[in-house]
Amino acid sequence: MFYREAGQYKKTYSADMAVFPILQDRIGIGLILATAAIIIPIFGSNFFISTVMIPFLVFSLAAMGLNIVTGYTGLISLGTGAFMGVGAFACYKLTTYFPDVNIIIWILVSGVFSAAIGALFGLPSLRIKGFYLAVATLAAQFFLEWCFVRVPWLFNYNASGAIEVPQRTLFGVAITGANATPTTRYLVLLGIVVLMTWVASNILHGRIGRTFMAVRDMDIAAELMGIRLLPAKLTAFAMSSFYCGVAGACMMFLWYGGGEASDAFNINQSFNILFMVIIGGLGSLIGCFFGAALLNIVPIILKFGLPAIGLPLAGATAEHINHLFVGSLIIFFLIVEPHGLARLWQITKQKLRTWPFPY
Amino acid sequence: MDLLFKIFIDPFLQMGAMPDLLVQTLWEGLVSGVLYALIALGFVLIFKASGVFNFAQGIMVVFAGLTLVGLHEKGVPAWLAVLLTLGVMLALAVAVERVVLRPLVNQPDIILFMATFGLTYVLIGIGEFIFGGEPKQMITEELGLPRGAIDVAMLGGRVTFQKIDIAAAVIASIMIAALAVFFQYTRIGRALRAVADSHKAALSVGISLNQIWAIVWFAAGIVALITGIMWGARSDVSFALQTIALKALPVLILGGFTSIPGAIVGGLIIGIGEKLAEFYWGPLVGGGIENWIAYVIALGFLMVRPQGLFGDKIIERI
Repeated sequence: MFYREAGQYKKTYSADMAVFPILQDRIGIGLILATAAIIIPIFGSNFFISTVMIPFLVFSLAAMGLNIVTGYTGLISLGTGAFMGVGAFACYKLTTYFPDVNIIIWILVSGVFSAAIGALFGLPSLRIKGFYLAVATLAAQFFLEWCFVRVPWLFNYNASGAIEVPQRTLFGVAITGANATPTTRYLVLLGIVVLMTWVASNILHGRIGRTFMAVRDMDIAAELMGIRLLPAKLTAFAMSSFYCGVAGACMMFLWYGGGEASDAFNINQSFNILFMVIIGGLGSLIGCFFGAALLNIVPIILKFGLPAIGLPLAGATAEHINHLFVGSLIIFFLIVEPHGLARLWQITKQKLRTWPFPY
Repeated sequence: MDLLFKIFIDPFLQMGAMPDLLVQTLWEGLVSGVLYALIALGFVLIFKASGVFNFAQGIMVVFAGLTLVGLHEKGVPAWLAVLLTLGVMLALAVAVERVVLRPLVNQPDIILFMATFGLTYVLIGIGEFIFGGEPKQMITEELGLPRGAIDVAMLGGRVTFQKIDIAAAVIASIMIAALAVFFQYTRIGRALRAVADSHKAALSVGISLNQIWAIVWFAAGIVALITGIMWGARSDVSFALQTIALKALPVLILGGFTSIPGAIVGGLIIGIGEKLAEFYWGPLVGGGIENWIAYVIALGFLMVRPQGLFGDKIIERI
């Protein structure tokens, strides 16, 4: 009823190709951004912001990274966790050596290091494909994980072997470290995520994104059309790792506030993010947010929601049910809608457009 | 120069100086290689028959082991527990075929692969929910498996062979031989090979794909149970085994996804390679390289032969 494009004429090519061609979409995204940037910081409790919103944003960013390489370019990567770790450690080293430069710049720059490592481990992707490549990325995961524990230079030789997040400020307000309030951390993170999503959306709608998709649909055909596979695949790996690296840095500095890398960036984290991408929808940016939201909120509901309505669950049992639930959810989605929540969203929009008529 | 010496010469000098230690390391590698090969075998069985890359094989090993131990803890005698576990694996195979594979026929490979990921989580959830998450002791004695060790004096030293390891190697060989016979000489085995060659052709001569898939998942379940018993006897039965099961992936890569001999040779190469690397080269970088050296070995092989040692040549067409 409200979602109609009738009367909205597109007079230029660019208007037709816009990411949000319909006025209602633009209003909707504006409302979402306003809610995220104004309403949630004002009305959201600290608990809500730090347990729901911050992890959600971090995971969305990481899922976006994985989606670029797996969803858009069709190369399965199981090394997401490790690439996130590279970002976190790069950020830690950078801010240790150059404490005067703003931490936000270092969070973004740490992605560059992650991208370099990602491109390096993406090199085999030219020669090996499919599941073989998945195993090759596992090599990256385990090798880097080992480095995080065994190379003391990475964690500044401190005894705990963990990243210790120092206090850094922006305009005099603490944004990392123990004194930063959840709200400030959330706002900084939101800014980073919005910026990175905007950039990703533009890249993926442009020439580079189309190159990726051509490679995904059939790499030999893409090669015949004049796409150079090695640069294309390496760009995909580098860009993906850049996003993962920034997500990792955000995770350590804006969410965890320090901790042991072997827990945060292990193989299970890689799988977790892969699930978000699958459930959200391969090859869709909005799917990353859907997937991250779903897989992030389910454990929280099981942990805090069920006791609240009088169904007390022991912590361990909740964990088990969570596993069971996530597994069934993945199978269910693959059977019902292999393209994930993003496709459901698209169908809903299409239905709304033509409502009350079927076509 | 010193570093080059340490990398390229010193380890070999050590091997020459203490041959008994070398034999011990090789034996350890051989045994873990056999276990990797067993997990890889489960993968290969399913991949050959249905083209599904079954990520859940590792967790099926744990699940089978847990079911066996869990049933025994409830007071079921060992032999009955084994039979019941086989029943559970059969039920699992049928359920997987019905619930997961059948609706996903004709989907791209990656979708099926992801579905087995989901299956992994479901199995973890069920296993933990029913049997608890804490590690359990495998019931080696009740199953009649030998314990203890044999010390053999050789090459100027003593080499220790755990009896359970010998048993594992023997049982694995028997099982592989049995599988080979099953594949070559039985009606179902021939049907399985036909399905592996071409789904459509097999369908057209009246082979039921659904039935074959259930059978092959059950076969993988049996392999998983045996692997679970053997591995559980060496350490504990716990979900930590799942990470070790990931080691079967480089084995598969090395051997090729479709080759049973490849899985065995690959398993042995990876097992021996990583133990040697850990023992002789590990100390150079602070140890712990066992976790990733297998992947690097496999990656090295892949660069030369992208289809693995024994895999079918990959031919791509537009």
